[in-house]
Amino acid sequence: MPPAIECDALTKRYADDAPAAVEDLSFTMPRGATWGLLGGNGAGKTTTIAMLLGLLIPSAGRVTVLGHDMATDRFAALARMNFSSPYVSLPHRLSVRENLTVYGHLYNVPRAARRIEELTERFQMGEFIDRPAGSLSAGQKTRVAIAKALINTPDLLLLDEPTASLDPDTGDWVRGLLETYSAETGAAILLASHNMAEVERLCSHVLMLKQGRVVDSDSPAGLLRKYGRDDMEQVFLDIARDRMAPGRAA
Amino acid sequence: MKASGIQASGRRIWGLVYRHLSLYRRSWPRVLELAYWPTLQMIVWGFVTAYLAGVQGNFGSVAAGVLLGGVLLWEVALRSQMGFAISFLEEIWSRNLGHLFVSPLRPAELVAALMAMSVARMLVGVLPAVGLAWAFYGFGLFAMGPVVVLFFVALVAMGWAVALGVTAMILRHGAGAEALAWSVLFGLAPLSAVFYPVSILPHGMREIALMVPATHVFEGMRAALLEGRIAWGHLGAAFGLDLVWLGAGAAIFMGQLRAARQRGALLGMGE
Repeated sequence: MPPAIECDALTKRYADDAPAAVEDLSFTMPRGATWGLLGGNGAGKTTTIAMLLGLLIPSAGRVTVLGHDMATDRFAALARMNFSSPYVSLPHRLSVRENLTVYGHLYNVPRAARRIEELTERFQMGEFIDRPAGSLSAGQKTRVAIAKALINTPDLLLLDEPTASLDPDTGDWVRGLLETYSAETGAAILLASHNMAEVERLCSHVLMLKQGRVVDSDSPAGLLRKYGRDDMEQVFLDIARDRMAPGRAA
Repeated sequence: MKASGIQASGRRIWGLVYRHLSLYRRSWPRVLELAYWPTLQMIVWGFVTAYLAGVQGNFGSVAAGVLLGGVLLWEVALRSQMGFAISFLEEIWSRNLGHLFVSPLRPAELVAALMAMSVARMLVGVLPAVGLAWAFYGFGLFAMGPVVVLFFVALVAMGWAVALGVTAMILRHGAGAEALAWSVLFGLAPLSAVFYPVSILPHGMREIALMVPATHVFEGMRAALLEGRIAWGHLGAAFGLDLVWLGAGAAIFMGQLRAARQRGALLGMGE
């Protein structure tokens, strides 16, 4: 079975004379794993996710998702993956049910109405399923966005800041849902997040990006050990401020 | 493509059409807006032609028919182009483009769905005006015969071709280019010989006008109304030019879509 994601020397330059937004990025993410993509603003997380989704054409290198080359066979991969970001909206004037129905059709979901009922129950959306998506609170919108991302029961889920703007209780509930989904379906999840507690809880492996390059990668526990820290926030700051792990060349 | 592939493709096209129909289902002002301008145009031009018919007698009546036919058929091209381009703009306004382009929806399916919406919007907009022309001014567009359907098809195809170009410009320049969706076809009106024969145009313009599909449709309309004959030559030229224009529009659209994927413009494109 091919891995969830294979990146080989992936590079993106937005202009010939501009520095690379992502440079020489190579990694292989296995099926069923949950990985974190961490880095400060401008580190290359969004660029990486956009290339994995086929939204952005790399300047060099190759991306293979679920065994499909994204340069030549991206629609086969897109049918088996999904994406959620607070920076991409669903049509505000359509009801939640209408939005999910649209994506049920786009992803060719069998028995879409039943799937929407399942997601409605699972995400506790019953009270607002027929309300316009634009009238929902931030927490409700996040639930709808993740429900949309799960409509096709994807084998790979790409999440950009999945719990941004959620209160701690709702954020914890969403993280629990993602854990359950991954355990039940064996889906792989790649998430970009600035919430270090979230990364420690969900991710088995972390890629630390800085200026478009992977500067470190390990399990959260491995990184904590390597940097001699108690939590991932301190590790993040060490990397952001060029304080290298003991024993690593500066 | 296998049958299951065709079925899946049809379902994706329907998914996007359903998305736009849902928008209209919950907003009657949007539906009203579709018919507002064509109806208003018909009322104004109806009075003009009634005046002409009163002043000029039989010649005025004939001229009135040609004018009303021109108004109605021009609306077909205009509403088709706007229906396509504005449906695409709806995706930008709602910041939904990123979701669409990471779904399995192919660019050709996106275009097919926009074409379907264009036809739906055009019919809702134009058919009330056609009915008004018949009820109040005694002008029956369909009295020209079944050839009217061919006129409609040729004009709709030209509207799509122009809309593909407009959509490509929106992909290139973002929502800042949205004014093109409303204005670009008006620039072609003088060349399209909507209200006058192409022979009125000065040399130089005439040759350019004959490269516009609509010019041949309106020449064909005048042949049907004034001489009672079907100008097959003009119809053939209209459809031939439509194919060339659609090919060029599709190539520009696909080129700009690829360029947008190279620039990373699809994820953040919005108002």
